[in-house]
Amino acid sequence: MNAEYQLPEDECFVLNLGPQHPSTHGVARIKLTLDGEYICKAEPVLGYIHRMHEKMAENRTWPQFFPNTGRLDYLHALAYNQNYACLVERALAIEVPERAEYIRVITTELNRIASHMVWYGAFVLDLGGFTPLLYTFDDREQILDLLESVTGSRLTFSYFRFGGVPNDIDDDFIAGTKTFISRMRERIKMYHALITKNVILINRLKDIGFIPAEMCRKYGASGPVARGAGIDYDVRRNEPYSIYDRFEFEIPVYHEADSMARYMVRMDEILQSLRIIEQAIATLPAGPIMADKVPKLIRPPKGDYYHAVETARGRLGMRAVSDGSAIPWRLKLRTPCFSNMLIFGEACRGMLLADAVALFGSLDLVIPDVDK
Amino acid sequence: MLSYLNYLNDTMPCLMAILRLIVCIVCILAFVGLNAAYLVWLERKLAGRIQRRIGPKEVGPFGLLQPLADGIKLMTKQLFLPDGIDRILYLLAPMLVMTTAFMCFVTIPFGEGLVARELDLGLLAIFAFASINVLGLLLGAWASRNKYSMISSARVVSQNVAYEIPMLLVVASLLMVTGTLNLHDIVAEQAGGFWNWNVLRLNASPLMPVAFLIFFVCTLAETNRTPFDLAEAESELVAGSFTEYGSMGFGLFFMGEYANMVVGSTLISILFLGGWNCPFGIFPGPHWLFLKLYALISTVMWIRWTFPRTTFYGLLNLSWKVLIPIALVNLLITGALVKVF
Amino acid sequence: MTRAELVKNLQALPGAVVSDTDHKARGFDLDVKLSPENIAEAVQLMDEAGYFLDTMTGVDWLGEQEALRKEADKGKAAAPASESAAGEPPLPQAGIGEDEIEIVYDFNNFQEPYGVVLRVRTPRAKPEVPSIHHIYPIAHWHEREAHEFFGVVFTGHPYLVPLLLPEDADYHPLLKDFVA
Repeated sequence: MNAEYQLPEDECFVLNLGPQHPSTHGVARIKLTLDGEYICKAEPVLGYIHRMHEKMAENRTWPQFFPNTGRLDYLHALAYNQNYACLVERALAIEVPERAEYIRVITTELNRIASHMVWYGAFVLDLGGFTPLLYTFDDREQILDLLESVTGSRLTFSYFRFGGVPNDIDDDFIAGTKTFISRMRERIKMYHALITKNVILINRLKDIGFIPAEMCRKYGASGPVARGAGIDYDVRRNEPYSIYDRFEFEIPVYHEADSMARYMVRMDEILQSLRIIEQAIATLPAGPIMADKVPKLIRPPKGDYYHAVETARGRLGMRAVSDGSAIPWRLKLRTPCFSNMLIFGEACRGMLLADAVALFGSLDLVIPDVDK
Repeated sequence: MLSYLNYLNDTMPCLMAILRLIVCIVCILAFVGLNAAYLVWLERKLAGRIQRRIGPKEVGPFGLLQPLADGIKLMTKQLFLPDGIDRILYLLAPMLVMTTAFMCFVTIPFGEGLVARELDLGLLAIFAFASINVLGLLLGAWASRNKYSMISSARVVSQNVAYEIPMLLVVASLLMVTGTLNLHDIVAEQAGGFWNWNVLRLNASPLMPVAFLIFFVCTLAETNRTPFDLAEAESELVAGSFTEYGSMGFGLFFMGEYANMVVGSTLISILFLGGWNCPFGIFPGPHWLFLKLYALISTVMWIRWTFPRTTFYGLLNLSWKVLIPIALVNLLITGALVKVF
Repeated sequence: MTRAELVKNLQALPGAVVSDTDHKARGFDLDVKLSPENIAEAVQLMDEAGYFLDTMTGVDWLGEQEALRKEADKGKAAAPASESAAGEPPLPQAGIGEDEIEIVYDFNNFQEPYGVVLRVRTPRAKPEVPSIHHIYPIAHWHEREAHEFFGVVFTGHPYLVPLLLPEDADYHPLLKDFVA
């Protein structure tokens, strides 16, 4: 369906998809040049939820920026927390206690599943199936209840601290997580039976929304988009941070590079996350949850530091420049959706409007993450 | 009273006929209005059950007064006229949709003699009116000067053209078997038990169940229901044809959709499922028709809350590459069999 | 192109200062300082080596020269008093000039992770860096972002319109002397 389709510019019409549109998940705006229902040109227009987090970082101390990290990709906020914590810990050379690392991994992976559940529901909703949304939110609710008991919040987490975590997990949390793991495995089977095998869904996703590996590289796309294009890349394994190198898990890779491949990558990722959580809970060590030698005033030594983690949407990088003071000199956020958004503008050329919406959903874009 | 009516009937048959028609029309209006309101309630309740929630429950017992509240809300809202629209067409379109839905009911019999106006070409009249319904959507979309509506209007028309063909082909093959366009006679032929229903008349044409399925799919498409609700595809076209409509303008489109669902389901029941005949040949009456009718509507709703939406080319491919060939084969076989026997 | 070849090619660029960094401490492996004229060539090398553009951004070094000067003065004050007694005003030191904006390009690799950082510096008063959008399409947006935040002009960029800020924004909020 990605055939080259070109019509003189003056014979096309411009359609503004968004910023208020049901399928743009918030406030994305895409300026589409259409020929009938075929897309000649798509130009994403950003900035509708731009909050200038990078400037905010320069106006507050290092720990004060923590809450901001939870407000970028609000669906996988803990990964952003984790990246920021890891970044500053790297700058300060703080060793995080074992138990805290395990807690971080467990909560972040739970959050990843929650994020994928929102994507799943919203994606099928984009395809016109309303019911799965309610089912996936049911699953997400279980996770949020668990996370709420530890972190105190349900969406924009601000849970990690430099050197560890503030609250320990208790037996209830562990028992609840174990129940959730077994429940979720059954649910995934149900989802596959109910949705993945649906012939309409297959027809709408197979061979549609082609994003090849080379395109991923040129656009810096990562996460499920790259893995759906056959790129075997996951920061958790390729550039291990925290304690991910201790767990056994696979990186699901599909080579079709279409919407279905990206869909399947995410579905498999949920199972892999469950595996990680299971292993982490089984080997959870006792001990402190905060490092002893965290300075009262956070003043990373002069220099610049980089840290990347794998979020539900791909590679998240943060580059901090410290001038040795208590306030960051510069903090750059490399958000995964930024690349994926531009790729959408490129990949939907020549598509039908309905397929473009499906492609948009398969990229799992979180607009505050793009707009920063 | 009765004797007085009889007296009137004898002396002024013309007046009585008009009187009867007026009563019938009022009944139809009430029936369609009630149906539209309470089918929305039913749909919301069913969707709630399917999605493991409760559905409306606050207004009245079981949320039964919810349609009333919705109606009041819709009626008290401002009918907003966007800038640059074609005012006349914009206001006319919702009425056209609703009127044609009403008109379809005029010749639909709900039981022995329960019909507003019996026509020999009743079936044809219904199809004629059902087609005008599309015109209403098209006009509304076109007049509201919205790009989403415009895309939707193009979809509506091509979708209806595509599905009218297999639908009428199936009806043509059915008419070869029944030999009449009068709905009363069609139902009468199916009396006796479910083995006499047209859907199971395998001796007339072995493809009859297939014809039934085609007709059902076409009804889904003609009434713009999922998985063929491309005209209103909210994830692509916001609200399709009635993006710009609010208040009762929207309300009428909405009621029209449900009224059309009732028309479609009633037609299926009458043409294929024996109308008001009991499956076992006992106690025939309108209640059987209503039972079948609402069972079909529930099925349509069930489909809506289970399946994702197909795409436009998927929809047209299904019609032109699958349904129409099968319908043609069906027509051919039926024709041959009718000729032979 | 292997990693060793890439490092060698980067070193061969005129004016390039290549240094290895500790990944554990800094988060990247190779630090390359370049002059703006060579950036396109260096990025071309990265592309040929199969890297992806992770991110690119600017850093405003306002006050850096001031700090350097102060440090130099401090050094001078500590020097023998005979020199300062000569009564001459302290001359600006060589190498201390006007403030600069640094543009940082982060590269990484899908196959074998290896963080490469390219840095170029451009005068703060007239920041200009050649565009690399023709090599990496994603740079199209990164450059627009760096342009709106820092006022850096990427020569050769076809559409330097603010990306996240309003289209008509003529301020550059990430400059250190920006006042809202």
